[in-house]
Amino acid sequence: MKYETVIGLEVHTELKTESKIFCGCSTRFGAEQNTNVCPVCLGLPGVLPVLNEKVVEFAIRTGLALNCTIAPFSKFDRKNYYYPDLPKNFQTSQYDLPIAINGYLDIAVNGETKRIGITRVHMEEDAGKLVHAGTIAKSDYALVDYNRTGVPLLEIVSEPDIRSPEEAKAYLEKLKTILQYIDVSDCKMEEGSLRCDANISLRPAGSTKLGTKTEIKNLNSFRSVQRGLEYEVLRQTEVLEEGGRIIQETRSWDENRGITVSLRSKEHAHDYRYFPEPDLIPIVTDEKRIQAIRESLPELPDARKARLMRDYGLSGYDAEVITASRAMADFFDAAVSLGSDPKATANWLMGDMSRMLNAAGLSVEEAPVTPAKLAGLLALISKGTISGKIAKTVFEQMWETGKDAETIVTEQGMVQISDEGAIIAVIDAVIAANPQSVADYRAGKEQALGFLVGQVMKQTKGRANPQLANKLLKERI
Amino acid sequence: MSLYAKTIRELNDKLKQKEISAVEIVEAALRRIDAVETRIGAFRTVTSDSALAQAKAVDAKIGRGEPISPLAGIPGAIKDNICTFGVPTTCGSKILAQFVPPYNATVMDRLAAKDAVIIGKTNMDEFAMGSSTENSAFGTTRNPWHTAYVPGGSSGGSAAAVAAGEAIWALGSDTGGSIRQPAAYCGVVGLKPTYGRVSRYGLVAYASSLDQIGPITRDVTDCALVLNAIAGYDPQDSTSVKADAPDFTAALAAGVKGLKVGIPREYFSPGLSDNVRAAAQDAIKRLTAQGAEIIEVSMPHTEYALSAYYLIATAEASSNLARYDGVGYGHRGSGNDIIAMYKKTRTEGFGEEVRRRIMLGTYALSSGYYDAYYLKALKVRTLVKRDFDRAFEQVDVLLTPTTPTQAFRVGEKVNDPLAMYLEDVLTVPINLAGIPAISVPCGLADGMPVGVQFIGKPLDEATILRAAYALEQSGEWQNRIAPAGEV
Ligand SMILES: [Zn+2]
Repeated sequence: MKYETVIGLEVHTELKTESKIFCGCSTRFGAEQNTNVCPVCLGLPGVLPVLNEKVVEFAIRTGLALNCTIAPFSKFDRKNYYYPDLPKNFQTSQYDLPIAINGYLDIAVNGETKRIGITRVHMEEDAGKLVHAGTIAKSDYALVDYNRTGVPLLEIVSEPDIRSPEEAKAYLEKLKTILQYIDVSDCKMEEGSLRCDANISLRPAGSTKLGTKTEIKNLNSFRSVQRGLEYEVLRQTEVLEEGGRIIQETRSWDENRGITVSLRSKEHAHDYRYFPEPDLIPIVTDEKRIQAIRESLPELPDARKARLMRDYGLSGYDAEVITASRAMADFFDAAVSLGSDPKATANWLMGDMSRMLNAAGLSVEEAPVTPAKLAGLLALISKGTISGKIAKTVFEQMWETGKDAETIVTEQGMVQISDEGAIIAVIDAVIAANPQSVADYRAGKEQALGFLVGQVMKQTKGRANPQLANKLLKERI
Repeated sequence: MSLYAKTIRELNDKLKQKEISAVEIVEAALRRIDAVETRIGAFRTVTSDSALAQAKAVDAKIGRGEPISPLAGIPGAIKDNICTFGVPTTCGSKILAQFVPPYNATVMDRLAAKDAVIIGKTNMDEFAMGSSTENSAFGTTRNPWHTAYVPGGSSGGSAAAVAAGEAIWALGSDTGGSIRQPAAYCGVVGLKPTYGRVSRYGLVAYASSLDQIGPITRDVTDCALVLNAIAGYDPQDSTSVKADAPDFTAALAAGVKGLKVGIPREYFSPGLSDNVRAAAQDAIKRLTAQGAEIIEVSMPHTEYALSAYYLIATAEASSNLARYDGVGYGHRGSGNDIIAMYKKTRTEGFGEEVRRRIMLGTYALSSGYYDAYYLKALKVRTLVKRDFDRAFEQVDVLLTPTTPTQAFRVGEKVNDPLAMYLEDVLTVPINLAGIPAISVPCGLADGMPVGVQFIGKPLDEATILRAAYALEQSGEWQNRIAPAGEV
């Protein structure tokens, strides 16, 4: 039988506010253990939470960027469960009245655009981190680091609209792009500031009834989201093909073994005993505030991609790649605004720039070549001062030294030779030194010309204008 | 009359006139503690050294001719569920026996700003769950009027300390009557402010939507003075009311002529003892004589309030007390894994009544029961609130007995939790509605005190204080010191 895959994703993202959601402690990642703490986030007896207004603002920004309705009346609830990384043994979260509902985002898979619904976006606090000596199973004790306790999180829940692991990955990537565009989260999966759980079920193709789902946890990278779900599709298919039943359960992705393993069944699911958080007052959001936040939103990826295609004639693919990160798109717009040719800019960003960034492990913002410097380089090319080939060398030197293109070209005498007299002198010497090649060319061997041009370029250290050298060589032979 | 037997106002006058020093006041209170504490057991911790140091600082201020606040140099006692920086705060529980807060409750900072002297921390029913102070892990506090009787609870230590002259004033906390009921049993004044009037920051939570800190004093004027010091908006408590607190002493003596006093029929059920009924009737008579207008009102949902209270309070408590797990602080039991450790910690650390309420609350919030219990209780809460709203369309204050009976004997109700819960029947509706109420002494009957309760509109503590003052001034009960078992 053919099965259809049905996937919904629950994404947790840490917000990059200065301070925690209910106290004034710093949210800085990587601080020494248990230094970003206070009585409130340690859950000491008698403390009370005070909501960080910035978190609400970020949540509304996110809701709007995901085309959600912002709730005029929203509240916090307590989610009760015992875990040693949770100092109060309840998590302050949102249950039945989340801050944003009913949104969507569009993903592109195999050249087609698909809309994935967003059920809800809600605010909550993060838990701390347990540190074990060795493995959990073998450790005699666990230590707790409360630095992360109370860092603000958004939980973003999708509709079960995703139909393949590939779409799941595309959804996650698009979500990350949007969150970075609106500057609410760093979305670093490796630092845990973006986490993803997946609900997945299969059903006979054509059926509209949902099958029994499993929840997959521990998907710690974009790659593992796709791999984990691919495995689960295979596993569930096999169970169904053999006439078995899918058990509703929580499973954990084991990256090393490449399989999912059962964590707990539905019967052992927690009863979280949600109830309204009595220590916080409801969040009432008026239209004026929502409008002000809406107006402060930057141009979002889809709109930006459309503009790059429309205004600059970029291909859909190029525009997609450039706008996949806000920093890259900002770089592009800045370089173009300085007069650079849009297509050339896109090619440089997707080519040499991306290659160098990857090699150095840097982000676009950290690149030693700024938009102004790239624009300077492109200007030298379009003026004919340097060739495209020389430009690659110049770019690498700009990267290493931080100097601008003009300085490098002048210092090293890399200016292209376009003076006919100078080039003819070299050509004549090359013709004299290579009688065999000249004869071959005259006998109709076209490749011989290439060799001779190469000799001219070599003699001029690559500075001869290649088109001019080509033309003059043909004339002189 | 010894200094410990005087009121805040009297002592403040003497300090300002330099007749006495703050150190002398504190020494008098400490001597009184030495004399009676073995029989009363009001305190968990007596902070003699820091109290004397605070008093010295006040004396120095007076010596320099600086103005002093009404509470400056006057020793008060703090219920042991209010966090005091560097001083143990046990909540009457084994699980917090060793807990020393690294921070101050907002009320403590406010009192310190007024140079109030803190003489110690008082005993209480564990986590404020109880009506007799028999549920403390550290022993029972006795009623200073007769040590075979309970002082009420859960702020029994605070009420007993003030009644016995061990402190001039005290702070308690009131979730369902925990200030007013012991005040009535001990013959002192106890006020539960409007929810949000006094910051809860640093009050160890029992039931967050009901808890309020309030004063316990020997007369109504002192009650207003302490309330002045602790009331007001606190940005650290999101539920605190953004309203300026007035000077609560300003209108005390304005009288009750023309004041409309409501008598809710449902609060005078057949369950009242004869003494309590007689005391309330005496109060009505005295108010009438002063020109108050008595109006009978009906509050039909009163009978459901107690059940709703015990569902809401225990539900919140089950979550609030989840943090006592042996991980970060407090008592830790030993176990082979985390679950075993949790179980051992909480079984050893909590007393029977606390465990009972945690289980009740956990049950009320459980999936499948939430709608039938917790949600229904919230609906009842709305109805109870509406009863009060309606009554206050007709009247300015309500007058009721504070408790159905007077203090009972130690041990009398420990094995009958339901009988114990019934002691709260006249006080819990006020917490559900979030409005202010004060218990004021109304004489002795059979040798034990009786109290009556004035209930006010939201944020209208001034009017119930005025009514209580009028009642106090028309009777013989003003600032009485209990014998504290002295032969
Ligand atoms: Zn903190």
